[in-house]
Amino acid sequence: MALLEVEHLRIEFPTRRGTLVAVDDVSFALAEGEVLGVVGESGAGKSLTGNAIIGLLEPPGRIAAGEIRLSGRRIDNLPYEEMRKIRGKQIGAVFQDPLTSLNPLYSVGQQLIETIQTHTDLTPTQARTRAIELLAEVGIPGAERRVDHYPHQFSGGMRQRVVIALAICVNPRLIIADEPTTALDVSIQAQIIALLKRLCRDHGTAIMLITHDMGVIAETADRVAVMYAGRVAEIGPVRSVIKEARHPYSHGLMGSIPKISDSKDRLEQIEGSMPRLTEIPAGCAFNPRCPQVFDRCRVERPDLMDAGDTRASCWLYAHG
Amino acid sequence: MFAYIVRRALQSVLVMAAVAFVAFALFQYMGDPINQMVAQDATLEQRNALRALLGLDRPFYVQFLLFLKNLVTGNFGFSFRVGTPVAQIIAERLPATLELVFVAALFALFVGVPAGVYTGLHRHGALSRFMLTVSLIGVSLPTFLIGILLILIFAVMLGWLPSFGRGTTVQLGFWSTGFLTTSGLKALILPSITLGLFQTTLIMRLVRAEMLEVLRADYIKFARARGLTNRAVNFGHALKNTLVPVITIAGLQIGGLIAFAIITETVFQWPGMGFLFITSIQFVDVPIMSTYLVLVALFFVIINLVVDLLYFAVDPRLRVDRSVSAH
Repeated sequence: MALLEVEHLRIEFPTRRGTLVAVDDVSFALAEGEVLGVVGESGAGKSLTGNAIIGLLEPPGRIAAGEIRLSGRRIDNLPYEEMRKIRGKQIGAVFQDPLTSLNPLYSVGQQLIETIQTHTDLTPTQARTRAIELLAEVGIPGAERRVDHYPHQFSGGMRQRVVIALAICVNPRLIIADEPTTALDVSIQAQIIALLKRLCRDHGTAIMLITHDMGVIAETADRVAVMYAGRVAEIGPVRSVIKEARHPYSHGLMGSIPKISDSKDRLEQIEGSMPRLTEIPAGCAFNPRCPQVFDRCRVERPDLMDAGDTRASCWLYAHG
Repeated sequence: MFAYIVRRALQSVLVMAAVAFVAFALFQYMGDPINQMVAQDATLEQRNALRALLGLDRPFYVQFLLFLKNLVTGNFGFSFRVGTPVAQIIAERLPATLELVFVAALFALFVGVPAGVYTGLHRHGALSRFMLTVSLIGVSLPTFLIGILLILIFAVMLGWLPSFGRGTTVQLGFWSTGFLTTSGLKALILPSITLGLFQTTLIMRLVRAEMLEVLRADYIKFARARGLTNRAVNFGHALKNTLVPVITIAGLQIGGLIAFAIITETVFQWPGMGFLFITSIQFVDVPIMSTYLVLVALFFVIINLVVDLLYFAVDPRLRVDRSVSAH
């Protein structure tokens, strides 16, 4: 059984001018210890999907349809208090900006101990020992001393390590990492990714890695889901998607990554831009920008279908 | 830390000197106090003799320096009106005002902060809207009107609470307290609500605005993502982050309570310093007025010092620790 199953997830924002569908019919699964990369442009619904899984959609956003299951147990309709006990304990989260993820008024030790004690029966002394171990594990030198320091006394990269320590402090089975490296220096990014990979391997933790950095995905993920306008355009093993993407959108996305061997004046790009939520076209959402568009794409919306090694929601791969 | 306190204390001394100067200079223009003290048919000689006795014939700066010197040595002079030492008069009145201000401040904090937290957390609730509407009244109605309305309702119409005075007080050394008798406590209710209502609503609205701001912060979302209880998130993480601006305003407002006590004390015939000040103005009793002003300034300075020290207790970013590098 898969660790995490998301089925036909639909997230809506009721507004005065009607309901906006931000995430529509998104399905994917994550196995124990697997790293799933989720890529896509801003507004493609990546972070919303992540927030929906940890039960922290910001109102008025709400799950309108679909199911989210963790180890077979449905978690999308749990009462707040039930879901709270799952957050942190079974699903950890790492957010984009380490500078603002930590409360400036508490020492990192206090924040770790508080989280550990919320989910376990450890005594304050045991929790503190565990906090120091965690800081050492995420590579903070002098953890013994640093545990009493406040967030402002850490650099950005170190703070993200603290955030990761907070996410893994009670050994969750799954971590939702929402752009964990976007706010960091390139040199620090590599370290943080290496750290996430190592922790994932050591503890058998699955990671849902949300990013728009293909480099990070290529380096880390086992599988990758490409999202476009609130839907999954393509999902499959990371090599297949990067090397031979089937969906024209993911193909274009991969093509727009400059290669160090090429000497081009202009970068490849996909014509146009992602539609706004209010103006999603009928049929395939990508059809106005698709170089291989044909009549069916403008009328009928494609679901995920087998396309070589991956699954793509594209009529090019319709059989029969 | 120690250097900071010393620096702040020195600044406070300068502030006090400036206030003393302004207070003293102001009252040079309040008319001739001699007129109030002598009989209407007093001769010019009698008037001049009294003026010389009180030192009022000397040049302004000499009078000021003498005033300063006396302040420092704790000698506040004699009241022109009753002839007793100012220190004694103020000491009689001070407990009444301080007890009133204390109760009003407690009322403002213990009603204002929880109401602010509640309205911040339950933004769209019916009770929140009701409290916000009521708070508008508190912010906009003048103190004397609130006092008179309360007297009308609770003293005149319902007859539950006294409309004036402190009730029975108990003398503890130099301090006369109204806390130990039922009538003293009952007498405190209306004046302290009148005095503290504006501050209550201000603190409530401030806490609410800060809570709304802080609840949007990433660290609150992250705290929820860590599975912390609502209690820990709302009170441990959110409320604590609203405290710095709230402490600033609350501190200033408590200073304001002492100053605004003048109006409340007048409405309720409260035998405190503010009431004394008003009577002193009518009699151009300069020593009392200037001492009162200096005393109020002293309270402000002390409160501000406490507020600055509280920042250190609340916000670790202000505690400069040079032994720690950024990395």
